[in-house]
Amino acid sequence: MSVTTVQPVPEDQAKKNIQRRKSKNIRLQIYGLSAIGTAVLLLGILFSSLLYTGASAFTQTHLTFDVKIDPNLVKEDDIFGSNFRGIVRSGLYSLFPEVTNPRDQRQLGDIPSNGAQFTLRDRVVEDPSLIGQTVSITVPVSDAFDQFYKGVIPRDVPEEQRKVSDKQIVWWDQLVDNGQVSKPFNWTLLFSADSRFPELAGLSGAIVGSFYALLVCFLISFPVGIAAAVYLEEFAPKNRWTDLIEVNINNLAAVPSVVFGLLGLAVFLQFFGLPRSAPLVGGMVLSLMTLPTIIITTRAALKAVPPSIREGGFGIGASHQQVVMHHVLPLAMPGILTGTIIGLAQALGETAPLLLIGMNAFITSAPGGIMESATALPTQIFIWADSPERGFVARTSAAILVLIGFLVVMNLIAVVLRQRFQRKW
Amino acid sequence: MSSESIEPTAFEQAKDSSKVTVQASPSAGTGKAKMKGRKVTVFYGEKQALFDVDIDIMENEVTALIGPSGCGKSTFLRCLNRMNDVVDICRVHGEIIMDGKDIYDRDVDVVHLRARVGMVFQKPNPFPKSIYENVAYGPRIHGLTRNKSELDEIVETSLQKAGLWNEAKDRLNQPGTGLSGGQQQRLCIARAIAVAPEVILMDEPCSALDPIATAKIEDLIHELRENYTIAIVTHSMQQAARVSQKTAFFHLGNLVEYGETEQIFTNPKEERTQGYITGRFG
Repeated sequence: MSVTTVQPVPEDQAKKNIQRRKSKNIRLQIYGLSAIGTAVLLLGILFSSLLYTGASAFTQTHLTFDVKIDPNLVKEDDIFGSNFRGIVRSGLYSLFPEVTNPRDQRQLGDIPSNGAQFTLRDRVVEDPSLIGQTVSITVPVSDAFDQFYKGVIPRDVPEEQRKVSDKQIVWWDQLVDNGQVSKPFNWTLLFSADSRFPELAGLSGAIVGSFYALLVCFLISFPVGIAAAVYLEEFAPKNRWTDLIEVNINNLAAVPSVVFGLLGLAVFLQFFGLPRSAPLVGGMVLSLMTLPTIIITTRAALKAVPPSIREGGFGIGASHQQVVMHHVLPLAMPGILTGTIIGLAQALGETAPLLLIGMNAFITSAPGGIMESATALPTQIFIWADSPERGFVARTSAAILVLIGFLVVMNLIAVVLRQRFQRKW
Repeated sequence: MSSESIEPTAFEQAKDSSKVTVQASPSAGTGKAKMKGRKVTVFYGEKQALFDVDIDIMENEVTALIGPSGCGKSTFLRCLNRMNDVVDICRVHGEIIMDGKDIYDRDVDVVHLRARVGMVFQKPNPFPKSIYENVAYGPRIHGLTRNKSELDEIVETSLQKAGLWNEAKDRLNQPGTGLSGGQQQRLCIARAIAVAPEVILMDEPCSALDPIATAKIEDLIHELRENYTIAIVTHSMQQAARVSQKTAFFHLGNLVEYGETEQIFTNPKEERTQGYITGRFG
């Protein structure tokens, strides 16, 4: 090669170069900002639509009125067999003495929720001395009136196009004028289990079910995942077999979740005969999905521990196992925990595998253990989204918001852990 | 390359410093070889990094390993406590005999060997634990103590020997990573001597330190020589001249010349040694 002397760039050319470099820089920034803007906008649309449809589900219309607990209808020795439905209705009829026609009375009786009688019954069970007295009860109203009061069912459409009749509207307005209608926060949504009636349906069964499933998932995937990752990263010989295992673990992370559901159905339910719809099986299936995530993040966290720490351990005569257990693993723990929480957050939102093992059953009480039938949050959303009642539209969105709330909390924990235990080398 | 190449007076400086060294410690060791390298050959995969190195590391002396980067001096140092075992592609041939026993023998336990041949690294690498825990870790895993007070004593004497006790005694429970660079390196030395090794290997222990911290470490090396056999890799020829009794010059994987430090720096036999210490290459 001949030696060529490099000429300095002429001044006008240099200026042009600077200009070009600057405009390139600005263009790049614009691309980045617009990409972030788009993402934020889409997220904003998602959240505002969820909030818009879901907000109304966080309140529930209640009706307050007096009922006389007739000792003829309620027997102290057989409270559960007593006719509380009749007591609730007669309490309501006494508000409107002018309504005597049985058909109209039935319409009047449709205003409070079907659950009102059970609310009253539970109070009497708790305090049998109420029998014979007149008590004031506050009960949820049925879905149609809840929606009507919230404006979802419009007033100015022909009678046959709405679920609330003209007569009922007259009575309802009267109740509202008397101050007997209230709209408190809908605790039922969080603290009751599922129900056929939207005004009585809640997420507690799904939340408890999801909790049990995640607990099982954690107990399986955390120790197994860490053990596998530590062995593969630190001790396994590098040969064709470990390569094969490594590739397959990475592939496993990409397997569609519904496939794990099928596997759970075939192996856990059919072959091992574990109970259908149980959080135990749900957690086992979810742990199959979480395992690769935990293994991969754990290995990354182990790799991130600086080699100088290992050398320091070896240099004073610590064995390989001591170096890993005393130094590398504790230092990698924050990364491992972060990965685990993110894996669990993924599992929390997973629907398909749970559908296949029957965690989308209609179950009206929270599970008492990991072997009892349960639903999970995402499958509960699935069930509600499938329900025809008007009240479930808002409740579906509200349930999604609750699910997202849990996910945000889990991710926040991960962020806090990461910052808390971040080390300087 | 290194700073020596732009300092034509390095030779003169080195000469002066080496005289100071010899004055400071006239009696040099016990005259016995602690570790003997015989035909030590190292391969990294296909690449040969060391060629038939024969060397005697003398007991209670400081042996400096010098040479340009990539010459194999660190590789050889890491053979002395089998640190290279950790590297998958590294193969070591030949013998390294310590107290009459080849350390590469199949029945030698490498963990036990490393407790006898401790190591201090280029970058100070204290564990992200308290100062106390850093020093106590070694004795604890080797079961050198029976109770807490014995452990306390080892920690104290080790820190004293490493010249860190006065600075650290009031903050033993604070993280070792919170110390300054020089203090961290002395902590690493304390950690190494806490397990009562016979040999201490130092791989450029001062390259990440400022001159004042370097001077402290060098003083420390002088004191440690009384009780330990020390092998030190260094890029600074002044340092080699100041701290060592024996110097080995490596070049391209070969041990070019090995002898008394004063002789190497004042009257080298090999032309390549002469060239390197006067800064003509390297």
